Amino acid sequence: MTQAPEAPARTRAQIGERTFRKDPWWRAPRITAAGLTIWVLYAVVRVFMGHWYWVPQYHYLTPFYSPCVSGECVPGSSALGRWIPAVPPIIPYAFVSLVFVLGFRLTCYYYRRAYYRAFWRSPGACAVREPHARYTGETRFPLIGQNLHRYFLYMAVLIAILLSYDAAQAFRGPHGNFGFGLGSLIMLANVILLWGYTLGCHSCRHITAGRLNNFSSHPLRYRLWTRVSWLNARHMQFAWITLGTLMLTDLYIMLVASGAFSDPRIFN
Amino acid sequence: MGYQASLRVWRGDAGTGKLTDYQVEVNEGEVVLDVLHRLQATQASDLAIRWNCKAGKCGSCSMEINGRPRLACMTRMSVFVPDETLTITPMRTFPVIRDLVTDVSFNYVKARQIPSFTPPPSVKPGEFRMQQVDVNRSQEFRKCIECFLCQNTCHVIRDHADNERPFAGPRFLMRIAELEMHPADVADRREIAQDDFGLGYCNITKCCTEVCPEHIKITDNALIPMKERVVGRKYDPVVWLGDKIARRTRRDTAKVPNTR
Repeated sequence: MTQAPEAPARTRAQIGERTFRKDPWWRAPRITAAGLTIWVLYAVVRVFMGHWYWVPQYHYLTPFYSPCVSGECVPGSSALGRWIPAVPPIIPYAFVSLVFVLGFRLTCYYYRRAYYRAFWRSPGACAVREPHARYTGETRFPLIGQNLHRYFLYMAVLIAILLSYDAAQAFRGPHGNFGFGLGSLIMLANVILLWGYTLGCHSCRHITAGRLNNFSSHPLRYRLWTRVSWLNARHMQFAWITLGTLMLTDLYIMLVASGAFSDPRIFN
Repeated sequence: MGYQASLRVWRGDAGTGKLTDYQVEVNEGEVVLDVLHRLQATQASDLAIRWNCKAGKCGSCSMEINGRPRLACMTRMSVFVPDETLTITPMRTFPVIRDLVTDVSFNYVKARQIPSFTPPPSVKPGEFRMQQVDVNRSQEFRKCIECFLCQNTCHVIRDHADNERPFAGPRFLMRIAELEMHPADVADRREIAQDDFGLGYCNITKCCTEVCPEHIKITDNALIPMKERVVGRKYDPVVWLGDKIARRTRRDTAKVPNTR
């Protein structure tokens, strides 16, 4: 009896090329890497600079120094008080908030996508072979820590409340009465956009009602979820815009505080 | 008007093969599948292509066109310039049967492992009452045509074949999300989503969403919400503490046995 020959073992197509893509797939990760690097360098320089963060006559405090809790903070700039006499130069004045702001952005689902693609090239672009021999994703330490994102969200909400207070303070004129200038409007725009970024977070979407299976039983939470989902669909845009507004707000306050630029007053 | 297009088509079987050059006539309004059919009819009668509906609904003609995972029937020739050489290869993640046809049985194995829809035992057939608003999310995922382009482009298995065992791929993690979000389902698949289907391998780089021909927001609407549910089940210390204090014991529905 003759036996049919066995079919050859099936394997993937042996294609040596990393990709056959002809579009400029490398452009987006490079732009992302450049944008994030510039922002991080700017932020590092500013948080360790230790001056030009507070404009006493208009009550402008840069978000990079809020809350200013070190004993070295300029009088008037510490909304929550000065908790400790002094911090070593390697610790920023607003270390209490910066660690959570950094954690919130690092564990953000959008930024994860951005830096995995831009810096780790895992993958650099879709259907482009990545350079790593092994891959375990977010199953092991330290990346399993990305699952703590919702706790950073809780802290980010508190920080956004504090920055809202700072923005409200910027609407006090030189004599404590109501008044505002261009800086007040910049701080206000910054904090509104920061709320847009914070509330559009995927964890926020889960907490509001995403975790439910019966929206019809929770109409208010469902309505909230639809609003958060609207923001969430624009999370990437908010992520980039708020990086820009944080930088712009800080730069503006630095210029005003250093005397390089005088704040145009609109009212009082 | 028509023109002669330059095609480089991967020909071979069992993984060995090479790119072969062809010149094929292209007419106005045609898609890549039309051109491949003309190639088959005029020059390469033994060229293997899987196709069926020619309308982007059967998910059969998945392949890689100029390196991008796409449906051949939904890729217009007009998006390419006439003097451009088109490189057409099979999906890289799956074993080749022949030419552009791949063996996608990996996906059916994964599909069988997922605990199926589990209604409450007390609800009899015909007694389901669901609001549209409750099933909207699951219905988005039901648009899937199972073309497996998302599975093909996901770097977790595309670039690391050794992850095929622990990772089910975006299509089936989306299936788990679909069942988990279903208002009439009582099974709990959160722990097995992480432990048996490899949700933790997903690093949310959104390539599955980018290639989906049905424009399903796989990452934002299925994978990330599922990750958040898993966090609530496995990694949230407050939930863990609450379970300990209230002495709640949670058990997931087990993966379907004997399916590996």
